Amino acid sequence: MKEKITEIKNQLQTKISQVKTLNELNDVRIEFLGKKGSITELSNYMREIPVEEKKEFGSLLNTIKNEANEILNAKKEELENIELQKKLNYETIDVTLPGTKLSVGGTHPLTKVIDEIEELFVSMGYDVVEGPEIEQDLYNFEKLNLPKGHPARDAQDSFYITDEMLLRSQTSPVQARTMDANLEKTPIRVICPGKVYRRDDDDATHSHQFTQIEGLVVDKDISLADLKGTLEILAKKLFGEEREIRFRPSFFPFTEPSIEVDVSCFKCGGVGCPICKETGWIEILGSGMVHPNVLRGCGYDPEIYTGFAFGIGPERVAMLKYGIGDIRSFYTNDLRFLSDFNRVEGGE
Amino acid sequence: MRLSKKFVSDYIDIKDINPKELAEKMVFAGNEYEEMRPFCEATNLVVGEVLECIDHPESDHLHICQVDLGNETVQIVCGAPNVRKGLKVIVSKVGATLPGGIVIKNAKLAGVESNGMICALSELGLESKYLKEEDKSGIHELPLDAPVGADALEYLEFDDTIIDFELTANRADLMNMIGMAYEIGALYHIPVHVPEIHIQERGASIEQTTKLDVKTGHCSIYLGKRVENVEIKESPQFIKARLMASGIRPINNVVDISNYVMLEYGQPLHFFDADRLGNHVVVRMANPNETIVTLDGQTRSLKEQDIVIANDQEPVALAGVMGGLSTEVEENTKNIFIEAAIFEPTHIRYTSKSILRSEASSRYEKGIDPNRTEQAILRACELLEKYAGGSICPGMLCHDVAKKQDKVITITLDKINQVLGMQLKNTDVEDIFTRLGFTYQLNDGIYEVTVPTRRIDVNIKEDLIEEIGRIYGYDHVTGKLPVVPMKRGSYSKKAKMVKEIRKRLEGLGLYQVITYSLVGEQECNSFVNKNRDFVSILAPLSEDKKIMRQSFIPSLLTVMEYNLARNHKDIQIFETGSIYYKEGDYVEEQVISGLLLGNYQGNTWQNNIQKVDFYLVKGIIENLLNYLGLNGRYQIVADETCKDMHPKMTASILVDHEKVGFFGKVHPSMSKRDVYVFEISIDQLLSKKVRQMKYKEISKYPSVHKDLAFVMPASMESEQVMSILKKVGGRLLSEIDVFDVYEGENVLENEKSIAYSLTFQNPTKTLSDEEVTKVFNQMITEVESKLKIKLRNK
Repeated sequence: MKEKITEIKNQLQTKISQVKTLNELNDVRIEFLGKKGSITELSNYMREIPVEEKKEFGSLLNTIKNEANEILNAKKEELENIELQKKLNYETIDVTLPGTKLSVGGTHPLTKVIDEIEELFVSMGYDVVEGPEIEQDLYNFEKLNLPKGHPARDAQDSFYITDEMLLRSQTSPVQARTMDANLEKTPIRVICPGKVYRRDDDDATHSHQFTQIEGLVVDKDISLADLKGTLEILAKKLFGEEREIRFRPSFFPFTEPSIEVDVSCFKCGGVGCPICKETGWIEILGSGMVHPNVLRGCGYDPEIYTGFAFGIGPERVAMLKYGIGDIRSFYTNDLRFLSDFNRVEGGE
Repeated sequence: MRLSKKFVSDYIDIKDINPKELAEKMVFAGNEYEEMRPFCEATNLVVGEVLECIDHPESDHLHICQVDLGNETVQIVCGAPNVRKGLKVIVSKVGATLPGGIVIKNAKLAGVESNGMICALSELGLESKYLKEEDKSGIHELPLDAPVGADALEYLEFDDTIIDFELTANRADLMNMIGMAYEIGALYHIPVHVPEIHIQERGASIEQTTKLDVKTGHCSIYLGKRVENVEIKESPQFIKARLMASGIRPINNVVDISNYVMLEYGQPLHFFDADRLGNHVVVRMANPNETIVTLDGQTRSLKEQDIVIANDQEPVALAGVMGGLSTEVEENTKNIFIEAAIFEPTHIRYTSKSILRSEASSRYEKGIDPNRTEQAILRACELLEKYAGGSICPGMLCHDVAKKQDKVITITLDKINQVLGMQLKNTDVEDIFTRLGFTYQLNDGIYEVTVPTRRIDVNIKEDLIEEIGRIYGYDHVTGKLPVVPMKRGSYSKKAKMVKEIRKRLEGLGLYQVITYSLVGEQECNSFVNKNRDFVSILAPLSEDKKIMRQSFIPSLLTVMEYNLARNHKDIQIFETGSIYYKEGDYVEEQVISGLLLGNYQGNTWQNNIQKVDFYLVKGIIENLLNYLGLNGRYQIVADETCKDMHPKMTASILVDHEKVGFFGKVHPSMSKRDVYVFEISIDQLLSKKVRQMKYKEISKYPSVHKDLAFVMPASMESEQVMSILKKVGGRLLSEIDVFDVYEGENVLENEKSIAYSLTFQNPTKTLSDEEVTKVFNQMITEVESKLKIKLRNK
């Protein structure tokens, strides 16, 4: 009987080794373990077995049943694995084909610069205020210590709409408006971004329309040192932590003293390169202490209040920061140009 | 303003100062410069004498010259037509460099050895506007007494350095050499010497021959001197060289002297031919319709704002701007009337702006020191006597109502330090006052500072503080932050709204663009639906930039065309900003505009492209309005009246039943492409109050879904069905959507079927089947009876 069992076992092994599919495997299972399967039929011998051997035969029978199940299950698993593998292989894709083009938009580089400056100043307690682009001569010039016939008006040839109305040539009128509107004449801390217009023909460095951001602080005991400290923070925010600034005397009718501000060259770090024309410094903005005539004209007593003001050009900042050569690029809006700025800042 | 180092050295000793260092120091005193360069960029030039000059045997224009250079005689082949024996010439020796990096070497010209070059003035880098006719065509002929072997640049007074300053508008005092000397003196602590003037007067007094009448209040000083028997000839070399170094063309000794004195003192002078001027000088305002022919031969029409100098017959000069041709100093002029005057800056500015700007007018516009006028006229007499052989008549015609007292400003050290943020000591500021030539007295801690009239820019405390700051140096300012009470920084409500809209549209795939506010006539009318007055520019630069726009869409179409021309076919852009119009007052209304064209997203290779169409744009609009908290308050309604829009593919956007904007397809007459645009008034959106966000608990009871479809006329709007369904569904209908729109088989022509999916839910309990069925049936009955349409497949 033992021989019979061994023989069946061998037959099973042989059959199994020839099995290729799950269907074939099922046939084999039926052949051996089905109702009429050769292993199932072994139990028929039970009757013929002497009683004293029954126990041993029974245990042998169990063992072979278990072994057969194990072998069949192992084969099943093996075949299933192959089957799965086939299926996975069949699902292979070309990962190098392009990803789905999602619709993306982005911020204009000038707005990026303006946002950056606004956020910095708002974080320091400044209010963002805006004024009209169609402005009165009174605010654009006269209240800023630029009476009619003042030679410094030439530097800002303007688009007039009537004798008294013009497209503002600077954001400085918002200074005067803010001071005027503050009826209690309390301290002021504002920045004023916006579009300005000058009668310039457009070329690589001139634009009849551009943007400016004006800053104004009026309080008791404001000094040039406060201006410098504030602009140091601005320069570092825009051009990197290692930047320094330097003051040069200048002239603007609405500030006295007037200061031109240079930032140490962010390209060469100050040793000299073509960007900074070998000087190590780049001019970035104009500023100064608010002229007493401006304070007085807006109802602030210059004996009690002092203030500083500055004006920065986002175009210039963006051109320097991102290496843009032509100011007209901001206004032609080539989508390749715009998409170049569609990412986080990075750097440093 | 060009500073000639040689010229300014007459008044201050700066021979030991490196010009580059000087220029840099001036920058930090507030005087930027454009360039610094030698007047003549040549080396190794000597005065030579042509000892022998023969024609080159192999050439029709070359000459072979033997030239004495003092310590040697060299052979030079020269092609100039005017070279000849006995001439004194400028020779660049072998090894010399000339402007443009030219180096002179031994050479053979047509086989003959040449050791050097005889130079024309243009070869020394002189601009042709400075050259006389004969100097334009040949080598320069030096005077016969020129010392052979001498350094030619020194001899010609060309060994000079020029710093070209870009002065700020307030520093009129630096538009002359004496003023420059004071500035340099203050920076380097060097004294300034203004030379004394010595003249001899003889003959009849001017008062006996000439009468002066000043008939306008716009002339504060008018001085007149008479100089007789001048000899018109070339100026001495130093005058010519200094004028050229200052950018002025030498003409003759007399004219040159008037310019020379202006450069020295900053006081413009005008020389008249006294005989043609006559004996009556009148300063008056021009009469309307009067004309004058100016020195440049142009006839100028005058207006009442122009100040003129006139004789009894006619205007003879445009005061402070340019002289007249009829009284011009000419070759045969004998007697001269010198004018030194101060005219009202605003009038000079008016005239120079409308007629022409000159060296004189640019000085008048910015202001003249009234204490220099007399010095200048006397200096001119001195030079005419010396270099034109003139004889100076005694006396002076004089009208003088100018304020000439020095200005006194009071200030304290505390105020200075408070504004500058520095810790200066008394000795620091006193030293600076002294260097600037300001005198002071200190009483009870208050400085009384006397500022000379030459500093017309220093009038108030703050001007004085600036003087101290710039001379002491702003590099001494240490930055700090203002010590002020803390407060919250903020954006205006509008700015915040614009920011939110911008971010949302960027998230929805649109790029922000910025375009010009000024547009042309055609653009300004397009896409504008309201009849409002335009804001236009008085004197536009060009036809396409003359009116402030009332819609952004034309500009967005221009951006589209620009990008299409560069092969960018998928365009989704927006712009926020103001439109401008006049409704009584000038109005700037904040709007948001967008343009979409081409493919929105997806891949062609996957065949899943989402194209831009009406419903995509509608989706963007709805998304934006929902984001702004206007959910349920807006309606999109068909609108055939929007200008330049497709009448059947355009909708108005209503919020609380008020139109805030529109969107849709651009009319085919405006663009052949399938371009979709929108424009919404942000100002109008801002006027709609939005309530604070509040969380509504999500219902935990199960929901029931049901679908239904109606067949209706093709022209019927879905919204009609939708609104009835919503109304009947009431509180139980939690969601409703369209999931199919069908036209074709099984549906009659001119009809369509729209299928809706409905979700029912009761927030407080589980819905029963009966409840849902009841509502559902009611919906069908209501729609069918109200709209006279049928449920599909019924």
